Amino acid sequence: MGTPDPSRLLVRMEKITKRFAGVTANQEVDFDVRAGEVHALLGENGAGKSTLMSVLYGLYRPDSGTLTVGGREVSFSSPRDAITAGIGMVHQHFMLIPSQTVWENMILGVDGLPSVLPKRAIHDRIEELSQRYGLAVDPDARIWQLSIGEQQRVAILQMLYRRANILVLDEPTAVLTPQEAERLFETVRQMTSEGHGVVFISHKMAEVMGLSNRVTILRKGRHVGTVDTASTTKEKLAEMMVGQKMVFKIEKKISSPGRPIIECESVRALNDRGFPAIAGLTLSVREGEILGIAGVAGNGQAELCEAIAGLRRVESGRILINGADLTNSLPKKIIDGGVHYIPADRKGTGLVPNMNISENSILKRYWNKPVSKRGFIVWREVFSFARDLVSRYSVSTPSIGTPVRNLSGGNLQKLMLGRELSDSPKAIIAAHPTWGLDVAATKFVREQLLAARDVGGAVLLVSEDLDELLAMSDRLAVMFKGEVMGVIENPAGAPIEAIGLMMAGTRMEEAFASAGKEGRSA
Amino acid sequence: MEILVPILTAAVRSGTPILYATLGEIVTEKGGILNLGLEGIMLLGAYAGFAVSYSTGNPWLGVAGAFCVGMILGLVHSFICVTLKGNQVVSGLAMTMFGTGASSILGRDYVGVTIEGLHRFPIPLLSDIPVVGPAFFRHDALIYCSYGLVVFLCWFFTSTRQGLYLRATGDNPRAADAMGISVARTRYFYTMIGAGIVAVGGAHMSVAYTKMWAEHMTAGRGWIAVALVIFAIWHPARAAFGAYLFGGVEAFQLRLQAAGTTIPAPILMMLPYLMTIAVLLFISIRKGKGIIFGAPAALGLPFFREERD
Repeated sequence: MGTPDPSRLLVRMEKITKRFAGVTANQEVDFDVRAGEVHALLGENGAGKSTLMSVLYGLYRPDSGTLTVGGREVSFSSPRDAITAGIGMVHQHFMLIPSQTVWENMILGVDGLPSVLPKRAIHDRIEELSQRYGLAVDPDARIWQLSIGEQQRVAILQMLYRRANILVLDEPTAVLTPQEAERLFETVRQMTSEGHGVVFISHKMAEVMGLSNRVTILRKGRHVGTVDTASTTKEKLAEMMVGQKMVFKIEKKISSPGRPIIECESVRALNDRGFPAIAGLTLSVREGEILGIAGVAGNGQAELCEAIAGLRRVESGRILINGADLTNSLPKKIIDGGVHYIPADRKGTGLVPNMNISENSILKRYWNKPVSKRGFIVWREVFSFARDLVSRYSVSTPSIGTPVRNLSGGNLQKLMLGRELSDSPKAIIAAHPTWGLDVAATKFVREQLLAARDVGGAVLLVSEDLDELLAMSDRLAVMFKGEVMGVIENPAGAPIEAIGLMMAGTRMEEAFASAGKEGRSA
Repeated sequence: MEILVPILTAAVRSGTPILYATLGEIVTEKGGILNLGLEGIMLLGAYAGFAVSYSTGNPWLGVAGAFCVGMILGLVHSFICVTLKGNQVVSGLAMTMFGTGASSILGRDYVGVTIEGLHRFPIPLLSDIPVVGPAFFRHDALIYCSYGLVVFLCWFFTSTRQGLYLRATGDNPRAADAMGISVARTRYFYTMIGAGIVAVGGAHMSVAYTKMWAEHMTAGRGWIAVALVIFAIWHPARAAFGAYLFGGVEAFQLRLQAAGTTIPAPILMMLPYLMTIAVLLFISIRKGKGIIFGAPAALGLPFFREERD
């Protein structure tokens, strides 16, 4: 790590406040970036990290507060102004045009290019930048053909192309394998050694400790503190981030798996573009166990969940639920067959935002007694069912008549859990169930899933949070390009490097061998 | 050969108004704005073209007038869709109804009047090539302009900075905005230019093709153009192919009628529209088998910068 020149301040943000329709996302936050440093911005989901950086990048206008770049006070009315001031941002969801090529994306909004594009010169400059920063990429490839890791390289190159000297990386490692993340850190070090300032947004403590020079912690939109990384510890940071000493441990009984409940046999399915997303996948989830699915986003996890839930056509192979072949059955038949699906997309697939809590609570049972009689809805029954759910799953809401769109992420998820788990289901598909939730809600969701397992439920858990998977799963399957690279028994004891290798496409036996440990295969 | 040449010639002639309308709509839609007001814009373009040509005696002023009228209608549409973030379908349909009604009221005095209009102007040498010559190079200058426009747009979309920014705006306005491209300015500008081109299509009907004004003279060509944009998968060259195909079907049915066929005329007149349905069916079947490249991903969606997901 290079020694930063503390005298040169690139950016200073003072007392920044930003509100969205009554929600205060940032409350008088201070932040600055120096030349040649990595300044980490740490906080939980919803702490206001992305909002603060969007203000810096001109995407949001602050309600109050000042912004100083290179010693001069500025006011950005659009990203264009921020780019001109030398600020670049790599968003969590990359701002790339999928149908266009890498070089076309590279020059979007770049000032001073002639009207007829000089393709040769553009290619040369991309080449030069990729060499210098170790960001290999084919300029003529189209974005949709690239892996997420490659797309990230394009997004970073995009910023370097327009000579940004302050680079904001918004949770850049969330979509990378551990090895890809290490490569990204090399690039970051190269940039800081040249005097760039890098803002690194994250909630992963280990990365923050390993990469940054200073850390600023946000909590619920407020600035908690800024410390030198060298003079702090993970524990102190965690405490500042969460606000209280929160030792997070999952109480987990030993599982006693029974017969298989969810069985996939050589399943093949396509993604939305019509390309293979699941390529001959075979796995089974047994009674009373949680099978975790790890993998870099976009390797077929989403398609697998949808295929089991009947929302995506299975091209070949079979899906058995509790012994019955439900391949390509209607979703309603699959629901009746005992599959309970908790989709990642809460407000899209999971719940109907404009309908109220009681209506949403019966979405999967409106055709059954006692809620329905002779084709009519018995509202008295619906209301008592909804009231029961709200109290048992502690959904905080003014009433059961509240439209679901007004609920927070945590309460949405509690409501959905209630709907799916309230009558001890046999088969549960949970996709990213704790994504975007605060600590308390996360804990609640995990406890509920474990409780469902303990009464004999077979749980398929898809997550991008490796720590969560390791803590929750009884067995862990790693997916790569629509295939299972292996199923790890006792995942809590498995070496992380091996899992990382599997996420990058190495088969389990080989991965464990090169990680220097004996694999315990299924 | 004797049957093919006149049909090809007629296909180009009657396909040109559709071609202009299709190209104009492609320009608009590439930026992410859907304009369903083509029929109305074409009619007002036809009216304006005719009225200006009649009163000035110069058909080119008529074409320019039509272009300006189109731009004004495009301005109204972008104000509703970009600034007010209104529903693009509703705004477009309103534009069609307005254009249809306004042109028939304004045009009452011109019914039955004829003008000199644009003359045929065979291009030397090129027009002597067998088949191709008479089919493509013995027309009026506005038709030659449409060839140029097709080539220009193909080049513009792929090889220029502005073309790239336009496509970026229609594909992912959020990304375009984050890269410093003004989404609103881009959408305003190309919606206006696009509507102007559509209006020139209308003007070709009144100033060059028929040299007269008649109420509802576009007879659904604007709607055919909306369908053709999808048929062409937003590509100018395919739009030309599609437009001439439709023009050809129309010319073919006229010729069949003239030849005294026993098939009733109304059925023959349905041919171009039946073909529209057939083409749309074909496209949707293909669409189910994977994404179509060229279709602007953010078509019809308003853009809010500070909307949170």
